[in-house]
Amino acid sequence: MSHAIRWILVVTFLQLLTAVAFAQEVDPRAATLSRLTERSFDVKERAIDELATYRDDVTRSILTAILAGELYYTKNSGQIVTTRASGGGLAAFDPLSGDEVGQFGKRDLRKITINNSLRSKLRGLLATFDLADPDPARRLAAVEEMIDGIDEETAGTLANLVESEPDDTVRTAMLRAIAMQSLVSGDRERQMKAVSVLEESLNPVIRGRLASVASSTDDPELRERAELGIKRIDSRLSMVRFAETVFFGLSAGSVLVLAAIGLAITFGVMGVINMAHGELIMLGAYTTYVVQQTMPASPGLALAASIPLAFLVSGLAGVAIERSVIRFLYGRPLETLLATFGVSLILQQAVRSIFSPLNRSVATPDWMSGSIQLNEALSLTMNRLTIIVFCLVVFAALSLVLRRTAIGLQVRAVSQNRDMARAMGVPSSRVDALTFGLGSGIAGIAGVALSQLTNVGPNLGQSYIIDSFMVVVFGGVGNLWGTLVGGMTLGVLNKFMEPWAGAVLAKIFILVLLILFIQKRPRGLFPQRGRAAES
Amino acid sequence: MTRMNGSIGIVAAACLAATWGLTAQAQDDTIKVGVLHSLSGTMAISETTLKDTVLMLVEEQNKKGGVLGKQLEAVVVDPASDWPLFAEKARELIEKEKVDVVFGCWTSVSRKSVLPVFEELDSILFYPVQYEGEESSKNVFYTGAAPNQQAIPAVDYLMNEIGVERWVLAGTDYVYPRTTNKILEAYLTAKGVASEDIMINYTPFGHSDWQSIVAEIKQFGSTGKKTAVVSTINGDANVPFYKELGNQEISAEDIPVVAFSVGEEELSGIDTAPLVGHLAAWNYFMSVPSDANDEFIAAWHEFIGDEARVTNDPMEAHYIGFNMWVEAVNKAGTTEPSVVQDALIGVAVPNLTGGYSSMAPNHHITKPVLIGEIQDDGQFAVVWETPGLVLGDEWSDYLEGSRDLIADWRAPLSCGNYNVKTAKCSGQNY
Repeated sequence: MSHAIRWILVVTFLQLLTAVAFAQEVDPRAATLSRLTERSFDVKERAIDELATYRDDVTRSILTAILAGELYYTKNSGQIVTTRASGGGLAAFDPLSGDEVGQFGKRDLRKITINNSLRSKLRGLLATFDLADPDPARRLAAVEEMIDGIDEETAGTLANLVESEPDDTVRTAMLRAIAMQSLVSGDRERQMKAVSVLEESLNPVIRGRLASVASSTDDPELRERAELGIKRIDSRLSMVRFAETVFFGLSAGSVLVLAAIGLAITFGVMGVINMAHGELIMLGAYTTYVVQQTMPASPGLALAASIPLAFLVSGLAGVAIERSVIRFLYGRPLETLLATFGVSLILQQAVRSIFSPLNRSVATPDWMSGSIQLNEALSLTMNRLTIIVFCLVVFAALSLVLRRTAIGLQVRAVSQNRDMARAMGVPSSRVDALTFGLGSGIAGIAGVALSQLTNVGPNLGQSYIIDSFMVVVFGGVGNLWGTLVGGMTLGVLNKFMEPWAGAVLAKIFILVLLILFIQKRPRGLFPQRGRAAES
Repeated sequence: MTRMNGSIGIVAAACLAATWGLTAQAQDDTIKVGVLHSLSGTMAISETTLKDTVLMLVEEQNKKGGVLGKQLEAVVVDPASDWPLFAEKARELIEKEKVDVVFGCWTSVSRKSVLPVFEELDSILFYPVQYEGEESSKNVFYTGAAPNQQAIPAVDYLMNEIGVERWVLAGTDYVYPRTTNKILEAYLTAKGVASEDIMINYTPFGHSDWQSIVAEIKQFGSTGKKTAVVSTINGDANVPFYKELGNQEISAEDIPVVAFSVGEEELSGIDTAPLVGHLAAWNYFMSVPSDANDEFIAAWHEFIGDEARVTNDPMEAHYIGFNMWVEAVNKAGTTEPSVVQDALIGVAVPNLTGGYSSMAPNHHITKPVLIGEIQDDGQFAVVWETPGLVLGDEWSDYLEGSRDLIADWRAPLSCGNYNVKTAKCSGQNY
């Protein structure tokens, strides 16, 4: 009861406050703003158009807030507010005056929703504010935002600005934006000139506009000119597409290599068919998730910290599997296969029971999202690029460990000739456990990388186990280089096949090719030579 | 090696499942309700929630005094995402546990697997997931959406409101996307879309490397005509797909993606900021403002003990189905499945979007169709909805073979596949 009275008091107080604010100075935008609370998107669009006629920083910040979904209205009075988190609730501010309106709970506020067409409209309007920004990068973004829906008025504004524009890139973009408008102006001479400006660009929006002009114009000369322009763009684009496909292939390959490289040690060097390899990858991915839960504020740091931790977790799990199951089964591949498959099912269900069967969300740090724009048509996605580099680093580190350290020497000795190594004083059963742990730990590191690309869920490992075996067998059992070259080759091959065969068929083709290849060269790309090969 | 794995998997899963079944002491004064949802394996991610939903509905009904003066008792089995096991478990539920009704299945292949069992033993199955249609069984009540309750209105929205002219139909390679895309292709062609403006792409289950496909979609969409993606991509594969869209900087304003398998539950696993504006078509969203929905969400949070859990469309379907069954049992005065089957037709119960859904003679229900845009908090904002309720159309009007077929399970017709041209009932219900 007293609760309700308090609320009524607060509300009346708020209304009084706003009434006072209105009495002081009535901003004409207030009425327009209040129309944003209507459900109809048409009404909202008209209100936004009206707002945009006031060209000052307040309007700009309101438009930005709508676009970012940060503009709300209060449930009981319908007043428009922006918010900032404060204490347990949200501090609300009047967007026009910037005065604090009061404290609200999340359920007392309703968001002003927008749809896709409003979103692009807002972006276009905000771009007009950015044209005068001192930062050339923002000016460029503003011009590029305008290119698609440019009208005569905006083109006129740009034409006035282009003379005084100091930055070359921005000027080119402006000229192209103006040409985009000239293209549909109907004036033959201007159109022809526009085509020669536009054919220099690789921007898909511009190519699209040229194509639609070429197909819709009645003027045969203009059509011919536009088609020539498209042809010129396409010939440059085909180079870009090729480079893009190679990049896609390398990135797909690096994922394969990462997943397979641990297996190259356990299966390749030790000869153990470990069906639980995929689950060791999964453990690494879940480690990343857990680490990120402990430091939610800095996903980048968490990711870096998960690399050694995932190595430890999966490595220890690997040692435990080796000590408890595999060591009793050396030399009995079928039993090893069955036992490790059982282990993989146990691990999957364990994760399902601990973390629930739902997929877990692993955040991507800012520096890994988005892409680097090499030119208008070619951009390399940051996460893929990072993973290619990461894969190479892991590969290099592993080769160093195997070649330059004492444990590496012992591993190679045991794998080449177990009896001789034991005779020389190498503790072969300890080395076995450590080798298996090393391979498993690398699988864990692969899990960290995969958590950035795919779902972290109980089935994560299953989808990579077959691919991993494929890569190791193709590359040549017992050879790290084989795994690297094999994985990359399969990745690139797959990506070149995908566009014309489809994802499903491409996979089948790769498998068929691999079977044929193994028929011809049963020991893979880089067969082991010497005595080790005969055993 | 793969084949061997498969059979080992089945044996192992069967052992796990056998120990899992919650076979409480049988009591004569309870009415048994079967729950046939995978609690392990690949589909556990979606189906576990539905098992909990049914348990919650049973608990709530018991608080209200049960049905016909008896308490309800849920019998849960785990078919472990293994299609033949679904049939075995269904038989176990009906023959051994003597349940009067079963709520279950997610994938179409699991439904097809249990269908003969339900027809042979003449029991009742409530199927809560959107599916491809082309089926109407005497023993199955379809509370999920048929293509005309989800796919067709979504395409209409894109075509009429957004002005889309070029279409990418992307799906996972199995029966639901293939049939839905066949219907959509026929529908688009009938609307005058040229075949070069339709691109169809299939990917395997759990596909995670979307780079080249997204690049292809980007290229397909760069001809100056407004392009949209209609996605029947299933479950897990969606997350990497949307991530790749975000990374290649394709926003919803450039090329919107409308999905039929992405709901609140699927989004709860990802950061939705890059997805804002992409669309989904469903018959229910958690964000729908209605009293029934607020109550349902509050009850769900209390039952599951976690305020962060979301609700979704198939949960609403079970809510509707369960209440329809209760109503029909009360009407018939018995739980005898063959009597309840007849009593179900014509039953109307409140849905969660503020209206009523009713069971039609073709065993499909009426629902509103909503189009929502993804928000940065993982919820959907409704941007469009059908003016009235839409009745599920079991045999699509856009496919050559099924255009003249109807289903009507009322006497005297009692047929799931009646050809109105030849006036014959083929008896082939699926």
